[in-house]
Amino acid sequence: MPATRNIGDVLLDVDGISISFGGVKALSDVSFDVREHEILAIIGPNGAGKSSMLNCINGFYHPQEGTITFKGKPRHQMQTHEAALQGIARTFQNIALFKGMSTLDNIMTGRNLKMKKNLFWQMLYFGPALKEELEHRAVVEEIIDFLEIEAIRKTPVGKLPYGLQKRVELGRALAAEPDLLLLDEPMAGMNIEEKQDMCRFILDVNDEFGTTIVLIEHDMSVVMDISDRVVVLDYGKKLAYGTPDEVRANQDVIDAYLGVAHE
Amino acid sequence: MFYREAGQFKTSYNKDQAVFPIIQDRWFIAAVIIGAYAVVPFAADEYWLQAVIIPFLILALAAIGLNLLTGYAGQVSLGTGAFMAVGAYACYKMTTNIPDLNVVVAFLISGVMAAAVGIVFGLPSLRIKGFYLAVATLAAQFFILWLFNKVGWFYNDNPSGTITAPPRELFGITITGPQATAEARYFVSLTFLVVGAIVAKNLVRGRIGRSWMAIRDMDIAAEIIGIRPLQTKLMAFAISSFYCGVAGALYIFVWLGSAETEAFDLLQVSFPILFMIIIGGLGSIMGSIMGAAFITLMPIFLTNFPPMIGIHLATDLQKHLEEIIFGGMIVAFLIVEPHGLARLWQIAKEKLRLWPFPY
Repeated sequence: MPATRNIGDVLLDVDGISISFGGVKALSDVSFDVREHEILAIIGPNGAGKSSMLNCINGFYHPQEGTITFKGKPRHQMQTHEAALQGIARTFQNIALFKGMSTLDNIMTGRNLKMKKNLFWQMLYFGPALKEELEHRAVVEEIIDFLEIEAIRKTPVGKLPYGLQKRVELGRALAAEPDLLLLDEPMAGMNIEEKQDMCRFILDVNDEFGTTIVLIEHDMSVVMDISDRVVVLDYGKKLAYGTPDEVRANQDVIDAYLGVAHE
Repeated sequence: MFYREAGQFKTSYNKDQAVFPIIQDRWFIAAVIIGAYAVVPFAADEYWLQAVIIPFLILALAAIGLNLLTGYAGQVSLGTGAFMAVGAYACYKMTTNIPDLNVVVAFLISGVMAAAVGIVFGLPSLRIKGFYLAVATLAAQFFILWLFNKVGWFYNDNPSGTITAPPRELFGITITGPQATAEARYFVSLTFLVVGAIVAKNLVRGRIGRSWMAIRDMDIAAEIIGIRPLQTKLMAFAISSFYCGVAGALYIFVWLGSAETEAFDLLQVSFPILFMIIIGGLGSIMGSIMGAAFITLMPIFLTNFPPMIGIHLATDLQKHLEEIIFGGMIVAFLIVEPHGLARLWQIAKEKLRLWPFPY
């Protein structure tokens, strides 16, 4: 299949990013780029700066050095909610769903930015507001259908098992129809069947919607199977960058992951 | 046996997201509203309307307002009384200075004024949360009441320092002031509550309500989805204060007739309304109304119950017992069902669906 997918131009260019918190250098001089329609994995041991990298990409952290160029436009200091406007959506390592709301409402919230009707119509819940609500409901139902979570549509997400919560969170991110989807450990804590399901969803999202995906994952077999290119971070530095095969053969990566023998 | 959704198929998303998707619920609510308009004013006497039902309706409106802010948007406020006072004093100033102004329009403009004040006192909510925000809203409570007491302009330099509702008419019927009949005032407050409840329900099930709940449940994730926290919170403060402002205007104009700032005291108004939404159910419009009913009706029930079963106590003893029992009931209730009357109602409906064969 990868042969038929057309990897496009550079969508996101990360150039020389550094960020430190007090004395801790979370990222130092990290550069890579993400091309349209590809799946890029960021891997590395715990504390390597993977999540910090995602936080920089979606504007939650402001890198102290370096530039991020998204869709050809260099990014300046921006507020967190602006990333969503530009077409970046993400999921979180520790699930960040709206626990008091149902699955349906959570995914509907993902489409909030696309809903425009003003307060007046919202108060009446009639005419244009109702029409808009129903249109978006139809799109959300497609996502629910795609992720196979029809049965839990009306269940408050706080009551769902972990694996399903991860799936709902993916649904919420997809609802925004992002150009760039950031997934922070989408398969952490899942059993093998759930991982297979999640892999299938990620590949289908990439394939059907053409969404560019940057993901963080610890399961190497998953990473090597589904990603087009891999960035390896260790102690905030870029260790390796390339196709899965190149990365697998890289001596630095083997050292970081397996440790170096001390004679 | 009679309450089940079997055979009621939803064939469109519109039907699926109706407020009451089950037809029995729709009939029940319709019956309650028709009963409230057609039966209650003729069945209840002057005392019941004036002492029980009208304050219940008005406080329920304020409780809906606070529930939008606290239950849906997650911003705790103790300033309810102050926002109600803004509505009441704004309405007083308007009706006394512009006698031709339609009083219902005056009520609505009072709500808008309260909303403006609410936005100002909602500004700290961007930086402070939870208990700390509650303390910050206390500032509104104390400052506004102090201001209304201190500056004579607000009560037209009236030597007694009170504001009195002038008589005003709607469709030729006096609805405010001492000449208004209890029935007329009842219809006004009931209509405001019904319309207010419907509008609030519409808001919370649409885009705005979802953005409030998103901020309440996980503000960082909400921000990353593109919800702007400041705007969303301020809108919650504005709309909540609008409800409180209208309720405050009704409180003086339709219920009390005349009052001082003490009528909007922290312990008289702000706390009871907070209890109403906690007991009724945070994040539920129906719960706000049920909570208001509980808090206003229970003391009256406790007053009247001992004589009904033949126990006659000294008045002071009775009054103290009442307060003890009332407090005890609130504690017991919150332990049994922390999610409030609304959840209890839901559980009852679930049970009823399966009754009498619960398997």
